Amino acid sequence: MSETPPVVRLRDVALVYGAARALDMVSVDLPAGVMVGLIGPDGVGKSSLLSLVAGARVVQTGVVETLGGDMSDAEHRRRTCPRISYMPQGLGKNLYPTLSVFENVDFFGRLFGHDRRERERRVAGLLARTELQAFAERPAAKLSGGMKQKLGLCCALIHDPDLLILDEPTTGVDPLSRRQFWELIDDIRRDRPGMSVIVATAYMEEAERLDFLVAMDAGRVLATGSPDELKARASATTLDAAFIALLPEAKRRGHEEVVIPPRAAGVDEMIAIEAQGLTMRFGDFTAVDQVSFRIPRGEIFGFLGSNGCGKSTTMKMLTGLLPASEGTARLFGREVDPKDMAVRRRVGYMSQAFSLYGELTVRQNLDLHARLFGLDPEAIPGRIAEMANRFGLDDVMDSWPDALPLGVRQRLSLAVAMIHAPEILILDEPTSGVDPIARDNFWSILAELSRKDGVTIFVSTHFMNEAELCDRISLMHAGKVLISDTPAEIVRSRNASNLEEAFVACLEDAIGEPPASPAPSPAPRDPADGAVPQPTVPSVRRSFSLRRMFAYSRRETIELRRDPIRAALAVVGSLILMFVIGYGVNMDVEDLTFAVLDRDDTTVSRDYVQQIAGSRYFIEKRPLQDYADLDRRMRDGTLSFALEIPPNFARDVARGRNVELGAWIDGAMPARAETVRGYVQGMHANWLAGKARLLYGSAATVGEFQLAIRYRYNPDVRSLVAMAPAVIPLMLIMIPAMLAALSVVREKELGSIINFYVTPVTRFEFLIGKQLPYVALAMLNFVLLTALAIFVFQVPFTGDFICYAVGALLYVSATTGMGLVISSFMGSQIAAIFGTAVLTLIPASQYSGMIDPVSSLQGAGRFIGEIYPTTHFITISRGAFSKGLGFDELWPSLVPLALAIPVLIGLAGALLRKQAR
Amino acid sequence: MRLANVFDLGVKELRGLGRDPMLLGLVVYAFTLSIYTESHALPETLNRAAIAIVDEDQSPASSRIVTAFYPPFFTPPKLILQPEMDKRMDAGLDTFALDIPPNFQRDLLAGRSPTIQLNIDATRMSQAFTGGGYVQSIVSGEVTGFLDRHRASENPPVDLALRARFNPDLDKGWFGAISDVILSITMLSIVLTGAALIREREHGTVEHLLVMPVTAVEIMVSKIWSMGLVVLVASAVSIVFVVEWLLAVPIQGSVALFLAATAVHLFATTCMGVFLATVAGTMPQFGLLLMLVLLPLQLLSGATTPRESMPEIIQTLMLAAPNTHFVILAQSILFRGAGIDVVWPQFAALIMIGSILFVLALRRFRAFLR
Repeated sequence: MSETPPVVRLRDVALVYGAARALDMVSVDLPAGVMVGLIGPDGVGKSSLLSLVAGARVVQTGVVETLGGDMSDAEHRRRTCPRISYMPQGLGKNLYPTLSVFENVDFFGRLFGHDRRERERRVAGLLARTELQAFAERPAAKLSGGMKQKLGLCCALIHDPDLLILDEPTTGVDPLSRRQFWELIDDIRRDRPGMSVIVATAYMEEAERLDFLVAMDAGRVLATGSPDELKARASATTLDAAFIALLPEAKRRGHEEVVIPPRAAGVDEMIAIEAQGLTMRFGDFTAVDQVSFRIPRGEIFGFLGSNGCGKSTTMKMLTGLLPASEGTARLFGREVDPKDMAVRRRVGYMSQAFSLYGELTVRQNLDLHARLFGLDPEAIPGRIAEMANRFGLDDVMDSWPDALPLGVRQRLSLAVAMIHAPEILILDEPTSGVDPIARDNFWSILAELSRKDGVTIFVSTHFMNEAELCDRISLMHAGKVLISDTPAEIVRSRNASNLEEAFVACLEDAIGEPPASPAPSPAPRDPADGAVPQPTVPSVRRSFSLRRMFAYSRRETIELRRDPIRAALAVVGSLILMFVIGYGVNMDVEDLTFAVLDRDDTTVSRDYVQQIAGSRYFIEKRPLQDYADLDRRMRDGTLSFALEIPPNFARDVARGRNVELGAWIDGAMPARAETVRGYVQGMHANWLAGKARLLYGSAATVGEFQLAIRYRYNPDVRSLVAMAPAVIPLMLIMIPAMLAALSVVREKELGSIINFYVTPVTRFEFLIGKQLPYVALAMLNFVLLTALAIFVFQVPFTGDFICYAVGALLYVSATTGMGLVISSFMGSQIAAIFGTAVLTLIPASQYSGMIDPVSSLQGAGRFIGEIYPTTHFITISRGAFSKGLGFDELWPSLVPLALAIPVLIGLAGALLRKQAR
Repeated sequence: MRLANVFDLGVKELRGLGRDPMLLGLVVYAFTLSIYTESHALPETLNRAAIAIVDEDQSPASSRIVTAFYPPFFTPPKLILQPEMDKRMDAGLDTFALDIPPNFQRDLLAGRSPTIQLNIDATRMSQAFTGGGYVQSIVSGEVTGFLDRHRASENPPVDLALRARFNPDLDKGWFGAISDVILSITMLSIVLTGAALIREREHGTVEHLLVMPVTAVEIMVSKIWSMGLVVLVASAVSIVFVVEWLLAVPIQGSVALFLAATAVHLFATTCMGVFLATVAGTMPQFGLLLMLVLLPLQLLSGATTPRESMPEIIQTLMLAAPNTHFVILAQSILFRGAGIDVVWPQFAALIMIGSILFVLALRRFRAFLR
């Protein structure tokens, strides 16, 4: 082993996130061709180290060499990344949850440039090996934890890597799946003996079977060597103990081995929790099937099972959160009634993730829970002080929980669960991710609660050494309890050497598989899959690959189709908005209500009223009775306009005496009032002119000159005719840009961007691949919007449609490009949504000639207007809709649009990082 | 439902909001700066409208007209030749093009009634409307000034005394300010309640609440009252200090009645916030959903443009939305000084819509908790 150069060399590597130091001057060599393990609790820098080694993260200081080259060298990264495979931490983190099993693996195959035949062969082989072929059509989100991890492995192995990097691949997975996972790795290593594997793990049992270990704490390497070497150095019998012994003295102080005194047998056999034939069905799916157990008071009862096996459903039925479909649950002999709030007061609960309020201080959290459990307000401060003291929280009472270390937060969660002195404590994987010392402290508290206070503890875990501490344990799988007994008895009855083996045996029985199957899986072996690994795929070298680009387009399309809200926005969002704007921002004022207080009531006064009532703008309501009526009806908004005609109006007009008509407009909406005023004044003048013509003949109205007004392009001056061609460009920038920005930011937020970092995809393949589906969607929207304008809004289309469509294609390519540029400086999806809306809408509505022509703008606004794509497309849209124009007249607007596309995509490419910072 | 739980959980929501600078900033912005700028934005006023003039006369009368157009209402006019006119309008460079015919001055003085042509690009709606009138009166004024004589009115002496009630000067700032308060109330109540629920879901604290002796109704009502209270207080402060005091907009009716109406409206909109949050599930989806829901709700409610100019079907459909009634109510109380005797039908409608939304939201919320 010593002759071969190390697969990874680290020299003085440090990594800092803000104020936090993740790695502190790490120097280590990892041997090639073997299984290397990084061990240590959460937050010691394992993941940071792996991401540096994989090239997914920028090297800040020091030297990282992987496969014989410097990882800060982009050229070396480009060359080696097809030889590395990286599976990040978190169940299915690099997978796409809405894609099916097959689609996920297939996508990775495309990224590595495999053609269809090659992909089908490899995908079929991998799925067969991992026994996932039966689930090929199932979306990744609906897989169990173990299956997700196997699928992740398939995706990681599709290109036959030389270095496989696995970050906590089995955390949260049931023991059998875990075993199967490692067998799969062994199996693959048999085929590819040269392959190096680097694994981070929190399970010491797993670490035992690795070849070389790196123990880490607080960003530093504590020790390296084989498991036996480490144990020998610490003179400990288990790795767990060895790890604790290797920790610096300051951390070890006060640590004691957890010893739980045996329960005094027969003293107190009152049954605290009892389940009899508990069954829960959701539709035709049975989540929990005939579960029965009896837990005496004061016992620590362990519950083991993988994610989704029915653990939480059982717990919910026990607390009465869910009414059971069948069977009964009893707490202290009383049947659980979901409506019975009193039961919940006897139960304390601590959930898996830290789920207290980060926005409340430690004290406020305790106080809130005390109140919700209905503690006597007088007694609350005393109780809080007691809990703080008991759980060691005195110093942190006024801190925010987010700022506390994981171990302290765990104690806080326990304190909150215990605030109302429950008789039963339900703990859902309380110690995941906590370092061994904090975990032992935690269990010491549990032991005390059980033995001294007689609290019944129901705890779920996936750590075997924790399970061993329980008085009795149950193993749950697929809704059924497989076995339930004391740890020692379980090991004995299975003739196993330890608890893990016993459990795996139980699981295998339940699933009906041959016991202990390290034998090669029954997958059909392809000749090419033989002992001689194929060289890496040749097409990877190409600088721009259409296949990789379309892989992203395809995936984006599938994902969009399966996300109803995003798909709705993409397809009909702009249609809805245009419809709303078309009718909501209507400047036509019609159907105004008015009423008359006619005190004259002669033919002349009725003629005057008729003048108004006959116009298309006004609707006459029943006559006004008096001023009080007028006042009331104007106040409640039923009249926009009221007219009072004085007595003797007709007589006075005929005699040429001065007459005054009273008129009131509802001024609440000034814009409408102004229009009303204009209409009324116009009609009044008209009436007067008519009267004058009657009185003095036609000579009276000849003016000095005439002003002939031509409303061009929109002779009826209809709002919609003017609006629609300007709103279409607005719609085609906001939503396409937003969706394009989201498509990138989503990947950043959900973590699947990692696949872009560590696969041979180039920036432009990634960007254009993501952009294409949105360009297509935007064109569909364009057609729909245009049809809406022409057929529903009745806007005449007078120009050249082909020219208009070409303009639209160029425009949406530019606007989706803008979305990609925006995505490079948006951190979260919600910021991308609102940020894109603001960043696109303001220039588009203010500076693009929608209201004021760009030629009338000055300064920065003028500059933005000149270069902004919307300006040019509004000209094209108005020209094609209303002005009857085509290519001959509109080409000066098409050219800038065409130029904008490469500029924007180039900019987006320049801003997109190929590594995390 | 235990009131103490509802109270304690609500206080927790308020503390949570207090620790969220983004949302707090949004509340403060929406009820102060946004209202201030909205009342000072004068979208209808003509600003640097682009005008071109074809002067085929080149006489003192025509040049008098040409020099009458200047900023800020118009750009300095572009003097162009007749053939350019159509091309420039096609390219969207000018909104107005004035064509003064040859021999304009001679015909004018000879009483031959010459015709000036004014071309307006009617695809630019706002400028076309207001600007057309301006151009007309400027040209008439200049010609009248040129002729320097005034013809006595020969029309019959009937005056129309036209007064605008509730806003005598038709100050658009008044309308802008109050409309913005109305819009902010609706928007924030939905956003705050939805965000409060989703925050809880994303942090996994909902699950935690469920194992406590707390019911779904209590959780939902606590969010409704706390977030509703924040918006209610913010809108009261904004009506009294920003609208009445800072912007000096006279409020005709009773502020207390308006706040009572706001409270009822908030009941309906906060329920809507809960409902939308349960549909969306995550913050990004909630954001997208808001895009699709908020804009139609706001634009079609009659807050910005009069309801009667919308198609009948939309007017009817929008009666199902709480803010349609709230807009009618708020405009009646604040602008027209209406009392409860006038606006009780809207109150009744809001209470009914609110109750329906509450039941729907609660049903979805229960399913959401499963």
